[in-house]
Amino acid sequence: MRGTATSSPPLSRPALPRRRGLNGRQREALWGYLFIAPWLLGFLCFVLGPMLFSLYASFTNYDITSRFDWVGVQNYVRLLTEDTRFWRALGNTAYYAAFAVPLGIATGLLIAVLLNQEVRGQRFFRTIFFLPKVLTGVAVLLLWLWVFNPQVGLINTGLYRLGVDENNLPLWFGDPAWSKPALIIMSMWTAAGSFMFYLAALRGVPRDLYESAQIDGASPVRQFWAVTVPLISPVIFFKIITGIAGAMQFWSESLILTKGGPSDSTLFYGLYIWQTAFTDLRMGYASAMAWILLLITLLITGVQLWLSKRWVHYEGEVR
Amino acid sequence: MALTRPQVRVRPLPTGPGRRAGGAFLGRALAFAALVGLSLLILYPALWMVSTSLKADADVFAYPPRWIPSPVVWGNYAEAWASAPFTRYAVNTLLYALSVTFGTVLSCSLAAYGFAKLRFPGRDFLFLVLLSTMMIPGLVTLVPQYVLFSKLGWINTYLPLVVPSFFAGAFFTFLLRQYFLGIPNELLEAARVDGANELWIWARVVLPLATPALATVAIFTFDGTWNDYVNPLLYLNDERLYTLQVGLATFRSANDTQWQLLMAASVLVLLPVVLIFFVFQKYFIEGASLTGSVKG
Repeated sequence: MRGTATSSPPLSRPALPRRRGLNGRQREALWGYLFIAPWLLGFLCFVLGPMLFSLYASFTNYDITSRFDWVGVQNYVRLLTEDTRFWRALGNTAYYAAFAVPLGIATGLLIAVLLNQEVRGQRFFRTIFFLPKVLTGVAVLLLWLWVFNPQVGLINTGLYRLGVDENNLPLWFGDPAWSKPALIIMSMWTAAGSFMFYLAALRGVPRDLYESAQIDGASPVRQFWAVTVPLISPVIFFKIITGIAGAMQFWSESLILTKGGPSDSTLFYGLYIWQTAFTDLRMGYASAMAWILLLITLLITGVQLWLSKRWVHYEGEVR
Repeated sequence: MALTRPQVRVRPLPTGPGRRAGGAFLGRALAFAALVGLSLLILYPALWMVSTSLKADADVFAYPPRWIPSPVVWGNYAEAWASAPFTRYAVNTLLYALSVTFGTVLSCSLAAYGFAKLRFPGRDFLFLVLLSTMMIPGLVTLVPQYVLFSKLGWINTYLPLVVPSFFAGAFFTFLLRQYFLGIPNELLEAARVDGANELWIWARVVLPLATPALATVAIFTFDGTWNDYVNPLLYLNDERLYTLQVGLATFRSANDTQWQLLMAASVLVLLPVVLIFFVFQKYFIEGASLTGSVKG
């Protein structure tokens, strides 16, 4: 290959490679540590160190300037027993996750199943459905604000044409009851871009299985539930785990779109941490919130792993 | 790949003329129709954005909304761009995204080579640590990192945004390691016998063979950094340092009702990413099945 062929001093290979001081294994280990040094240093400085600091700070009233008094579990007790906004934020986040994760998986999977029918224009469709993954950031959030505009937005004019009465049109980001559904619709658009993930798995399902199911008289819907879903269950499971972990951290969109309003209906857990830490400068209190989030995430993942034994089918090699 | 393809043993099938070709054709036609409908749903908002960006002030709130603006006001683009220092923001963003991309590709490929191709005590344990850090919510480290960087006096500089990228993030290290595992060890051994050291092998053997994976990492990093809003917002207060995302959010609060200008500015901010997407589509779509999990 390119690399080896051009190495200049060839042919006169010594029977035993020369080593000074270190033997081959030690030398390899030294190189190994050198190569992973960037990650290891980064892990210590930007992950482990900050986490330990944050754990310590969560038991103090730290506010970045002066105060750093030990208050014991007071932050945790106050969060769980007195802070109604904490529960509100947790509830909003759970609401979002409960709808956005399954609907997102359904959207991606639907597109993947359709594309797996070997229809014409594969390349074209893939490009289109992948666009939501590329179109992100503030610009697209502004677009959604415009699409959900109650008067002339795309969605409400569409609903009006479908016959919804003018006075019953949702106010979306202006109404506490409709602000979260608006964000969930937005998340489904984005989730369309995850079709590739399922398509790769669908391609791995042997065609013969569908043929034998057809011979047994199974309808397409039944084939989907009896053949497709079990065989791609590892991918769905992976998406549930990462999807919930991601939804727990859904908040920066509401920072731009709604600032948590109207009446705290889009105050997500992360946004509450952000406001507590960087607006109110209550770093200790925010650290306690962050650690509760970590514990919840680990707990949900643990339960998922335990439940997965019942429905996720790994056949052949298991990792 | 993080996931294995399910292996299924299948009984041999009786083959015969019983297959209904007509049913399959109908299925495909329905699938095609559904795909066309869904693509329109995907494209609708984007086209609406372009349409709005070309409207005259008076037509923006016209009812019923018109898809084809008349007159077409190309001047919205120039006006939007000129009404805030967007050129400066664009230069800032480009330098920011390029440095982070360089740092990420360099450090992640070094670490990935160490984990994939070199043996050292504690390697498997450290790799497990790397994997488990992917489950830690970013919000847990956001506050203490801010404290760290502010104590270092790095607020209002690009250091907090760029420096961490030179310390190998877990996910792309993991992705590159998976790719490097597939490179035959014989190639590396041959280079070693020729007297090459590991750094040379990493640079001259592994990196050239891993171009597709490196391109995927570079593109996703560039895209993610270009669109990053929270970190620049947190660390940069000086308007001259703003990135496009922060600048656009500020532009919005100043022009809340000028939707044609907001949409024109948005199109301009998105344009580079969309162009990159169309040029490097292959890497985006191939990498998506690997990285899609993290980008949510």
